[in-house]
Amino acid sequence: MSNIAERVKKIVVEQLGVEASQVTEESNFVEDLGADSLDTVELVMALEEEFGCEISDDAAEKIVTVKQAIEFIKKNSDS
Amino acid sequence: MDDRRVVITGIGLVTPLGMGIKPVWEGLTSGRSGIGPITRFNPEEYACRIAGECRDFQPEDWVDKKEIKKMDLFMHFGVAGAHLAWQDAGITVTEENAHRIGVIIGSGIGGLTAIQNQAFTLKERGPRRISPFFIPMSLINLISGHVAIRYGLKGPNHAVVTACATGAHAIGDAMRIIKRGEADVMLAGGAEAAICELAVGGFAAAKALTSRNEDPTAASRPWDQGRDGFVMAEGAGIVVMETLESAQKRGANIYAEVVGYGMSGDAYHITAPQPDGDGAARCMLAAINDAKINPEQVDYVNAHGTSTPIGDHMETLAVKRAFGQEHAKKLMISSTKSMTGHLLGAAGGVEAIFTALALHSGVLPPTINLTDPDPACDLDYVPNTAREVQTTYALSNSFGFGGTNATLVLKRFH
Repeated sequence: MSNIAERVKKIVVEQLGVEASQVTEESNFVEDLGADSLDTVELVMALEEEFGCEISDDAAEKIVTVKQAIEFIKKNSDS
Repeated sequence: MDDRRVVITGIGLVTPLGMGIKPVWEGLTSGRSGIGPITRFNPEEYACRIAGECRDFQPEDWVDKKEIKKMDLFMHFGVAGAHLAWQDAGITVTEENAHRIGVIIGSGIGGLTAIQNQAFTLKERGPRRISPFFIPMSLINLISGHVAIRYGLKGPNHAVVTACATGAHAIGDAMRIIKRGEADVMLAGGAEAAICELAVGGFAAAKALTSRNEDPTAASRPWDQGRDGFVMAEGAGIVVMETLESAQKRGANIYAEVVGYGMSGDAYHITAPQPDGDGAARCMLAAINDAKINPEQVDYVNAHGTSTPIGDHMETLAVKRAFGQEHAKKLMISSTKSMTGHLLGAAGGVEAIFTALALHSGVLPPTINLTDPDPACDLDYVPNTAREVQTTYALSNSFGFGGTNATLVLKRFH
C-alpha cells in the first residue's frame, strides 16, 4: 500500500513541477504546492492514467490534498 | 502626437543561425546558411525534408520548468525572444509605468504541433484525455499573455495573425500605439515553430516549398534561376520600442528609429502574390509616405525574397513600380531568408531587426546562393558577400498568404 503513496507523490512532483521534499501527505495542491485549476485537472488525469481508474469530476473536486488522492486510489484501484 | 518619435532599444533573436545578436549577425554577414535536414520528425515521406531549425534552443534555458508543458514550442521561442529583447533594453517596471508598457507578439500559424498531437490523442484515446493546457498552449496571443505576466506589463496586450507578414504588422502596429500616446514602451514581433508533420505536409501540398533536399544550404536562393520554393524555418524576432524621449532619458542604446509603416492588400489570390507587384508596390509607397520621405532617399531594402519563382519576380517588379526604374537600379536589396530560411510569422520580426542592425553597423547582409541570377530579376541584390556601406533609410518588406502586405521604414539613428 505504501507503494501507492510513493507513486502518487511521484506524479504530484512531476505534474506540479515541485521538489519531492515539498510533498507530504498533508500537502494541499493549491495552497501548499502552487497548483492552479488547470494543474489540478491535469494531475487528476495523470492519476487516472497511472492507476487505470476513472475519477469523476465530482470526486476530483474533493481531492485537494495528497492524502485524499492516496485514499481515493486505495479505494478505487486494484493496482 | 505626431512629434513622438519611436526607436528600437532592445533586440531578441531566436533563429537557425543562433540566439542573440552576436552569433546571428556574424552568421548573416559572413554568408552562413542555417538550413539542414529536418530532425523534429521523420521527414522520409515528405516532398520537402529540409528546414531551418533552431538547434541550439533548449526550452529549460528560458522557461520555468513548471511552465514548459503549458506552452507549445512557438511560445517557448516567443518568450525567449522577448526575454532577450527585454534584457537588452534594460527597462525597469514600476507601479507608475507598468500600464504604459504593452506587448504585441504574433504568430502566423501558432501551436500547430500541439493541435496535431492533441488531435491524435482525441482520435486514439477519446476526449477525456485532452490536456487542460491544450487551448492556452496553442493560442497565438498567449505569447503576449505570458510576457505580460512575467514582467508585469499592464499596457495594450494584443497579437497579430497575418501569415508571413505577422512580425512586420506587429512592429508597425506597436509603433503606432506609441506614436498615438497609448503606450510609451512596446515589446513587438513574431514567433513561429511550425516544423511539424501537418505544416510541412500542408505547405508542400500547396507547392510552396523547395525540393532541393540533397543540398540544404543552397536550397534558399532568392532571385537565382535555380530557386524552386521556400525553406521553412522557425524562431522569433522581438524588439523593444519606446519613445525617443524615454530612450534618451534612460541613456539607452538606440539601434534605429522606426519612421514609417505601410500596409496594403492584393485582393488577388489566397496563396499567390499579385504577379505585377501592384499590391507590394502600394505597400512600400504607403510606408515611404508615412515616413514623410521621398522614395529616392531609401538606400536599402530587406526584401521578403522567399526564393519562390513567382514571389521573387513579383517583388522585383514591385520595387521598380514603387521607386521607378532609375532609383530601383541604385537600391541595394537583400534577402536574409537565403541564410535563415523563411521564419513565416517571425520573419517580419527578425528582418526588421536585421534592417536595424544593417543601419546601425554600416554593413548590409548579402543574398547568398545567387550564383545564376534570373535575367528577369535584374536589381542589385547584394549577391553572396556582405557589403560595408553606411545607409540612412531602409525598408523591410513582408508579404503573407491572403494577399496581406506590410512594409516598415527604419532610419539610422546617430
